[in-house]
Amino acid sequence: MARVLINFPQRAKRGDIIEIKTLIQHPMETGYRLDNKGAAIPRDIINCFTCTYNGEEVFRAELFPAISANPFIAFSTVATQSGELVFSWSADRSQTQTETRQINVE
Amino acid sequence: MNGLLGPLLALAGAAALAAAADDRRSGYDFASPEIRAMQDDDTANPGNLWVLQGETLWDKRAGAADRSCADCHGDARVSMKGVAARYPAFDAALARPLDLEQRINQCRTEHQRAEPLAWESEDLLAVTAFVARQSRGLPITVSSSPELRPFLASGRELFEQREGQLNLACSQCHDDNWGKRLAGNLIPQGHPTGYPLYRLEWQGLGSLQRRLRNCMTGVRAEPFDYGAPQAVALELYLMERARGMPMDAPAVRP
Repeated sequence: MARVLINFPQRAKRGDIIEIKTLIQHPMETGYRLDNKGAAIPRDIINCFTCTYNGEEVFRAELFPAISANPFIAFSTVATQSGELVFSWSADRSQTQTETRQINVE
Repeated sequence: MNGLLGPLLALAGAAALAAAADDRRSGYDFASPEIRAMQDDDTANPGNLWVLQGETLWDKRAGAADRSCADCHGDARVSMKGVAARYPAFDAALARPLDLEQRINQCRTEHQRAEPLAWESEDLLAVTAFVARQSRGLPITVSSSPELRPFLASGRELFEQREGQLNLACSQCHDDNWGKRLAGNLIPQGHPTGYPLYRLEWQGLGSLQRRLRNCMTGVRAEPFDYGAPQAVALELYLMERARGMPMDAPAVRP
Protein backbone atom coordinates (compact mmCIF):
# COMPACT_ATOMS: atom_id res chain seq x y z
CA MET A 1 0.00 0.00 0.00
CA ALA A 2 1.31 3.38 -0.92
CA ARG A 3 1.53 6.09 1.65
CA VAL A 4 -1.14 8.76 1.39
CA LEU A 5 -1.70 12.20 2.93
CA ILE A 6 -5.20 13.65 2.87
CA ASN A 7 -6.14 17.00 4.35
CA PHE A 8 -9.43 18.87 4.63
CA PRO A 9 -11.08 20.91 7.39
CA GLN A 10 -12.16 18.56 10.18
CA ARG A 11 -15.29 20.61 10.82
CA ALA A 12 -17.26 22.53 8.23
CA LYS A 13 -20.54 24.44 8.15
CA ARG A 14 -23.24 23.27 5.77
CA GLY A 15 -22.79 25.04 2.44
CA ASP A 16 -19.11 25.87 3.01
CA ILE A 17 -16.75 25.36 0.12
CA ILE A 18 -13.98 23.14 1.47
CA GLU A 19 -10.60 22.46 -0.05
CA ILE A 20 -9.47 18.84 -0.12
CA LYS A 21 -5.78 18.12 -0.65
CA THR A 22 -4.35 14.71 -1.41
CA LEU A 23 -0.83 13.42 -1.89
CA ILE A 24 0.00 9.83 -2.77
CA GLN A 25 3.30 8.07 -3.13
CA HIS A 26 3.68 6.70 -6.63
CA PRO A 27 6.62 6.53 -9.06
CA MET A 28 4.50 7.60 -12.08
CA GLU A 29 6.79 5.61 -14.36
CA THR A 30 6.25 7.05 -17.83
CA GLY A 31 6.99 3.96 -19.91
CA TYR A 32 9.48 5.95 -21.97
CA ARG A 33 12.53 5.19 -19.86
CA LEU A 34 15.05 2.38 -20.19
CA ASP A 35 16.70 0.50 -17.35
CA ASN A 36 20.48 0.09 -17.10
CA LYS A 37 20.36 -2.93 -19.43
CA GLY A 38 18.49 -1.01 -22.12
CA ALA A 39 15.15 -2.72 -21.59
CA ALA A 40 12.06 -0.55 -21.54
CA ILE A 41 10.62 0.05 -18.08
CA PRO A 42 6.90 -0.65 -18.42
CA ARG A 43 4.52 2.22 -17.88
CA ASP A 44 3.06 2.40 -14.40
CA ILE A 45 1.14 5.56 -13.69
CA ILE A 46 -1.93 6.40 -11.71
CA ASN A 47 -4.38 6.85 -14.56
CA CYS A 48 -7.47 7.88 -12.65
CA PHE A 49 -8.31 9.52 -9.35
CA THR A 50 -11.83 9.85 -8.02
CA CYS A 51 -13.44 11.19 -4.87
CA THR A 52 -16.94 10.31 -3.80
CA TYR A 53 -18.86 12.10 -1.06
CA ASN A 54 -21.49 9.86 0.50
CA GLY A 55 -21.47 7.76 -2.64
CA GLU A 56 -21.77 10.66 -5.05
CA GLU A 57 -18.79 11.41 -7.25
CA VAL A 58 -17.61 14.98 -6.62
CA PHE A 59 -14.26 14.91 -8.36
CA ARG A 60 -12.53 12.85 -11.04
CA ALA A 61 -9.17 13.36 -12.72
CA GLU A 62 -7.48 11.47 -15.51
CA LEU A 63 -3.70 11.40 -15.25
CA PHE A 64 -1.15 11.04 -18.03
CA PRO A 65 2.56 10.16 -18.27
CA ALA A 66 3.86 13.73 -17.99
CA ILE A 67 2.63 14.03 -14.42
CA SER A 68 5.42 13.90 -11.85
CA ALA A 69 5.95 11.24 -9.20
CA ASN A 70 3.93 11.43 -5.98
CA PRO A 71 1.02 13.35 -7.53
CA PHE A 72 -0.58 16.06 -5.42
CA ILE A 73 -4.23 16.72 -6.25
CA ALA A 74 -6.23 19.50 -4.61
CA PHE A 75 -9.85 20.29 -5.36
CA SER A 76 -12.87 21.77 -3.65
CA THR A 77 -16.39 20.69 -2.97
CA VAL A 78 -19.39 21.97 -1.04
CA ALA A 79 -19.88 20.52 2.43
CA THR A 80 -23.47 19.25 2.31
CA GLN A 81 -23.71 16.76 5.17
CA SER A 82 -21.61 14.67 7.52
CA GLY A 83 -20.44 11.42 6.05
CA GLU A 84 -17.78 9.63 4.18
CA LEU A 85 -15.25 10.80 1.64
CA VAL A 86 -13.81 7.93 -0.38
CA PHE A 87 -10.64 8.56 -2.37
CA SER A 88 -9.53 6.10 -4.98
CA TRP A 89 -6.41 6.02 -7.14
CA SER A 90 -6.24 3.41 -9.87
CA ALA A 91 -2.93 2.63 -11.53
CA ASP A 92 -1.70 0.71 -14.57
CA ARG A 93 0.12 -2.02 -12.69
CA SER A 94 -0.15 -1.51 -8.97
CA GLN A 95 -3.30 -2.17 -7.02
CA THR A 96 -6.06 0.41 -6.81
CA GLN A 97 -5.72 2.27 -3.55
CA THR A 98 -8.79 3.39 -1.65
CA GLU A 99 -8.86 5.60 1.43
CA THR A 100 -11.90 6.57 3.46
CA ARG A 101 -12.19 9.63 5.69
CA GLN A 102 -15.03 11.01 7.80
CA ILE A 103 -16.22 14.58 7.46
CA ASN A 104 -18.27 16.42 10.07
CA VAL A 105 -20.69 19.05 8.81
CA GLU A 106 -22.64 21.18 11.26
CA MET B 1 10.68 33.27 -15.82
CA ASN B 2 10.04 37.01 -15.37
CA GLY B 3 7.35 36.18 -12.86
CA LEU B 4 9.96 34.41 -10.79
CA LEU B 5 12.63 37.08 -11.09
CA GLY B 6 10.58 39.87 -9.56
CA PRO B 7 10.23 38.40 -6.07
CA LEU B 8 13.77 37.01 -6.27
CA LEU B 9 15.20 40.44 -6.93
CA ALA B 10 13.11 41.87 -4.12
CA LEU B 11 14.49 39.13 -1.89
CA ALA B 12 18.03 39.89 -2.99
CA GLY B 13 17.43 43.51 -2.04
CA ALA B 14 16.13 42.55 1.38
CA ALA B 15 19.07 40.23 1.86
CA ALA B 16 21.51 42.99 0.93
CA LEU B 17 20.12 45.16 3.73
CA ALA B 18 20.65 42.40 6.25
CA ALA B 19 24.05 41.60 4.78
CA ALA B 20 25.94 43.50 7.45
CA ALA B 21 24.59 41.16 10.12
CA ASP B 22 24.41 37.85 8.31
CA ASP B 23 24.27 37.33 4.58
CA ARG B 24 23.69 33.63 4.81
CA ARG B 25 20.60 32.40 3.05
CA SER B 26 19.23 28.90 2.98
CA GLY B 27 18.01 27.11 -0.11
CA TYR B 28 14.50 27.98 1.04
CA ASP B 29 15.22 31.69 0.49
CA PHE B 30 16.40 30.96 -3.04
CA ALA B 31 13.44 28.76 -3.93
CA SER B 32 10.46 30.07 -5.89
CA PRO B 33 7.31 31.08 -3.97
CA GLU B 34 5.58 27.99 -5.38
CA ILE B 35 8.24 25.65 -4.03
CA ARG B 36 8.24 27.42 -0.67
CA ALA B 37 4.46 27.04 -0.47
CA MET B 38 4.85 23.35 -1.28
CA GLN B 39 7.40 22.90 1.52
CA ASP B 40 5.32 24.79 4.08
CA ASP B 41 2.09 22.87 3.47
CA ASP B 42 2.33 19.53 5.25
CA THR B 43 -0.04 17.85 2.78
CA ALA B 44 1.69 19.23 -0.29
CA ASN B 45 5.25 18.50 0.90
CA PRO B 46 6.07 15.05 -0.50
CA GLY B 47 8.87 14.66 2.07
CA ASN B 48 6.14 14.02 4.58
CA LEU B 49 5.38 10.69 2.89
CA TRP B 50 8.79 9.53 4.12
CA VAL B 51 8.25 11.14 7.53
CA LEU B 52 5.04 9.13 7.78
CA GLN B 53 6.88 5.92 6.94
CA GLY B 54 9.63 6.81 9.39
CA GLU B 55 7.05 7.19 12.12
CA THR B 56 5.87 3.63 11.43
CA LEU B 57 9.43 2.29 11.40
CA TRP B 58 10.21 4.09 14.67
CA ASP B 59 7.76 1.80 16.46
CA LYS B 60 8.63 -1.34 14.53
CA ARG B 61 10.72 -3.98 16.28
CA ALA B 62 13.77 -5.18 14.38
CA GLY B 63 16.83 -7.37 14.67
CA ALA B 64 17.92 -10.09 17.07
CA ALA B 65 17.28 -7.80 20.04
CA ASP B 66 13.66 -7.43 18.91
CA ARG B 67 13.58 -3.80 19.92
CA SER B 68 12.17 -0.77 18.20
CA CYS B 69 13.64 2.73 18.20
CA ALA B 70 10.78 3.74 20.50
CA ASP B 71 11.70 1.06 23.08
CA CYS B 72 14.84 3.02 23.94
CA HIS B 73 14.13 6.55 22.72
CA GLY B 74 10.44 6.79 23.52
CA ASP B 75 8.46 9.51 21.83
CA ALA B 76 10.61 10.93 19.03
CA ARG B 77 8.82 14.27 19.26
CA VAL B 78 10.53 14.73 22.62
CA SER B 79 13.67 12.61 22.46
CA MET B 80 14.71 13.52 18.91
CA LYS B 81 13.99 17.24 19.18
CA GLY B 82 17.06 19.11 17.98
CA VAL B 83 19.09 15.95 17.42
CA ALA B 84 19.44 16.29 13.64
CA ALA B 85 20.63 19.87 14.14
CA ARG B 86 23.65 18.53 16.06
CA TYR B 87 24.89 16.00 13.47
CA PRO B 88 27.51 15.00 12.34
CA ALA B 89 28.59 14.37 15.93
CA PHE B 90 31.79 12.90 17.36
CA ASP B 91 31.74 9.23 18.27
CA ALA B 92 34.28 8.57 20.99
CA ALA B 93 34.57 4.82 20.35
CA LEU B 94 35.25 5.26 16.64
CA ALA B 95 37.26 8.48 17.18
CA ARG B 96 35.56 10.14 14.22
CA PRO B 97 32.34 11.99 13.51
CA LEU B 98 29.24 10.15 12.34
CA ASP B 99 26.42 11.71 10.39
CA LEU B 100 22.77 11.09 11.21
CA GLU B 101 22.37 8.19 8.76
CA GLN B 102 25.47 6.48 10.15
CA ARG B 103 24.25 7.04 13.71
CA ILE B 104 20.90 5.43 12.90
CA ASN B 105 22.67 2.45 11.37
CA GLN B 106 25.03 2.23 14.34
CA CYS B 107 21.99 2.05 16.60
CA ARG B 108 20.55 -0.67 14.38
CA THR B 109 23.65 -2.86 14.41
CA GLU B 110 24.67 -2.33 18.06
CA HIS B 111 21.39 -2.06 19.89
CA GLN B 112 18.83 -3.74 17.66
CA ARG B 113 21.41 -6.21 16.34
CA ALA B 114 19.84 -5.83 12.90
CA GLU B 115 21.29 -5.43 9.44
CA PRO B 116 22.24 -1.82 8.70
CA LEU B 117 19.94 -0.07 6.24
CA ALA B 118 21.42 0.58 2.81
CA TRP B 119 22.39 4.16 1.93
CA GLU B 120 19.56 6.01 0.17
CA SER B 121 17.20 3.12 0.80
CA GLU B 122 13.61 4.15 1.38
CA ASP B 123 13.76 2.94 4.99
CA LEU B 124 16.94 4.81 5.93
CA LEU B 125 15.63 7.97 4.29
CA ALA B 126 12.33 7.53 6.11
CA VAL B 127 13.86 7.15 9.58
CA THR B 128 16.28 10.02 8.91
CA ALA B 129 13.45 12.23 7.64
CA PHE B 130 11.33 11.41 10.69
CA VAL B 131 14.20 12.25 13.06
CA ALA B 132 15.17 15.38 11.12
CA ARG B 133 11.55 16.57 11.11
CA GLN B 134 11.69 16.85 14.90
CA SER B 135 14.33 19.60 14.54
CA ARG B 136 12.27 21.80 12.24
CA GLY B 137 12.73 25.46 13.12
CA LEU B 138 15.58 24.77 15.55
CA PRO B 139 19.00 26.31 14.90
CA ILE B 140 21.89 24.19 13.63
CA THR B 141 24.23 23.65 16.57
CA VAL B 142 26.98 21.20 15.72
CA SER B 143 29.33 20.57 18.61
CA SER B 144 32.38 22.81 18.84
CA SER B 145 34.35 20.23 20.81
CA PRO B 146 38.11 20.14 20.15
CA GLU B 147 37.93 16.51 18.94
CA LEU B 148 36.01 17.69 15.88
CA ARG B 149 38.50 20.37 14.90
CA PRO B 150 40.73 18.26 12.63
CA PHE B 151 37.66 16.90 10.82
CA LEU B 152 36.25 20.37 10.44
CA ALA B 153 39.57 21.55 9.02
CA SER B 154 39.68 18.72 6.50
CA GLY B 155 36.05 19.42 5.55
CA ARG B 156 36.92 23.04 4.92
CA GLU B 157 39.92 22.00 2.88
CA LEU B 158 37.71 19.76 0.73
CA PHE B 159 35.25 22.61 0.28
CA GLU B 160 37.96 24.93 -0.97
CA GLN B 161 39.89 22.42 -3.04
CA ARG B 162 39.50 22.45 -6.81
CA GLU B 163 38.63 19.10 -8.29
CA GLY B 164 37.31 17.29 -11.33
CA GLN B 165 37.71 17.96 -15.03
CA LEU B 166 36.04 21.33 -14.58
CA ASN B 167 38.59 22.10 -11.86
CA LEU B 168 36.09 23.77 -9.57
CA ALA B 169 35.94 23.97 -5.79
CA CYS B 170 32.64 24.00 -3.88
CA SER B 171 33.57 27.46 -2.61
CA GLN B 172 33.90 28.93 -6.10
CA CYS B 173 30.18 28.50 -6.67
CA HIS B 174 28.72 28.55 -3.18
CA ASP B 175 30.93 31.21 -1.54
CA ASP B 176 32.03 33.37 -4.44
CA ASN B 177 29.17 33.23 -6.94
CA TRP B 178 25.95 32.46 -5.10
CA GLY B 179 22.92 34.27 -6.37
CA LYS B 180 24.19 34.08 -9.96
CA ARG B 181 23.07 31.48 -12.45
CA LEU B 182 24.69 28.28 -13.57
CA ALA B 183 22.93 27.56 -16.84
CA GLY B 184 19.29 28.12 -15.85
CA ASN B 185 19.76 27.42 -12.17
CA LEU B 186 20.25 29.86 -9.37
CA ILE B 187 23.38 29.03 -7.35
CA PRO B 188 22.49 28.74 -3.67
CA GLN B 189 24.94 29.14 -0.81
CA GLY B 190 24.83 25.44 -0.09
CA HIS B 191 23.60 25.40 3.49
CA PRO B 192 22.37 21.92 4.45
CA THR B 193 19.36 23.05 6.49
CA GLY B 194 16.74 20.76 5.02
CA TYR B 195 18.18 17.27 4.57
CA PRO B 196 16.97 14.73 3.79
CA LEU B 197 15.06 16.77 1.24
CA TYR B 198 12.69 16.26 -1.65
CA ARG B 199 14.22 17.45 -4.88
CA LEU B 200 11.82 17.93 -7.75
CA GLU B 201 14.62 16.91 -10.11
CA TRP B 202 15.00 13.61 -8.24
CA GLN B 203 11.25 13.05 -7.91
CA GLY B 204 12.15 11.70 -4.51
CA LEU B 205 13.85 12.21 -1.17
CA GLY B 206 17.64 12.24 -0.94
CA SER B 207 20.37 12.67 1.64
CA LEU B 208 23.00 15.38 1.86
CA GLN B 209 25.56 12.82 0.71
CA ARG B 210 23.53 12.18 -2.44
CA ARG B 211 23.51 15.92 -3.06
CA LEU B 212 27.27 16.16 -2.56
CA ARG B 213 27.86 13.28 -4.97
CA ASN B 214 25.55 15.03 -7.41
CA CYS B 215 27.64 18.23 -7.30
CA MET B 216 30.88 16.25 -7.61
CA THR B 217 29.62 14.42 -10.67
CA GLY B 218 28.60 17.85 -11.98
CA VAL B 219 32.19 19.10 -11.88
CA ARG B 220 33.29 15.77 -13.42
CA ALA B 221 35.05 14.61 -10.27
CA GLU B 222 34.90 11.13 -8.84
CA PRO B 223 32.29 11.29 -6.08
CA PHE B 224 32.97 10.01 -2.55
CA ASP B 225 31.46 6.69 -1.67
CA TYR B 226 28.41 6.88 0.57
CA GLY B 227 29.60 7.10 4.16
CA ALA B 228 33.21 7.93 3.21
CA PRO B 229 35.05 9.84 5.97
CA GLN B 230 35.70 12.75 3.57
CA ALA B 231 31.97 13.04 2.85
CA VAL B 232 31.22 13.20 6.57
CA ALA B 233 33.98 15.80 7.08
CA LEU B 234 32.45 17.90 4.31
CA GLU B 235 28.99 17.51 5.86
CA LEU B 236 30.45 18.61 9.19
CA TYR B 237 32.04 21.71 7.65
CA LEU B 238 28.79 22.59 5.88
CA MET B 239 26.81 22.29 9.11
CA GLU B 240 29.38 24.44 10.95
CA ARG B 241 29.17 26.98 8.13
CA ALA B 242 25.39 27.03 8.59
CA ARG B 243 25.58 27.23 12.41
CA GLY B 244 22.56 29.03 13.84
CA MET B 245 20.43 28.76 10.69
CA PRO B 246 17.04 27.11 11.29
CA MET B 247 16.48 23.52 10.15
CA ASP B 248 13.64 23.02 7.66
CA ALA B 249 13.75 19.28 6.97
CA PRO B 250 12.18 17.70 5.02
CA ALA B 251 12.70 20.59 2.63
CA VAL B 252 11.57 20.87 -0.99
CA ARG B 253 14.05 22.14 -3.56
CA PRO B 254 13.92 22.51 -7.36
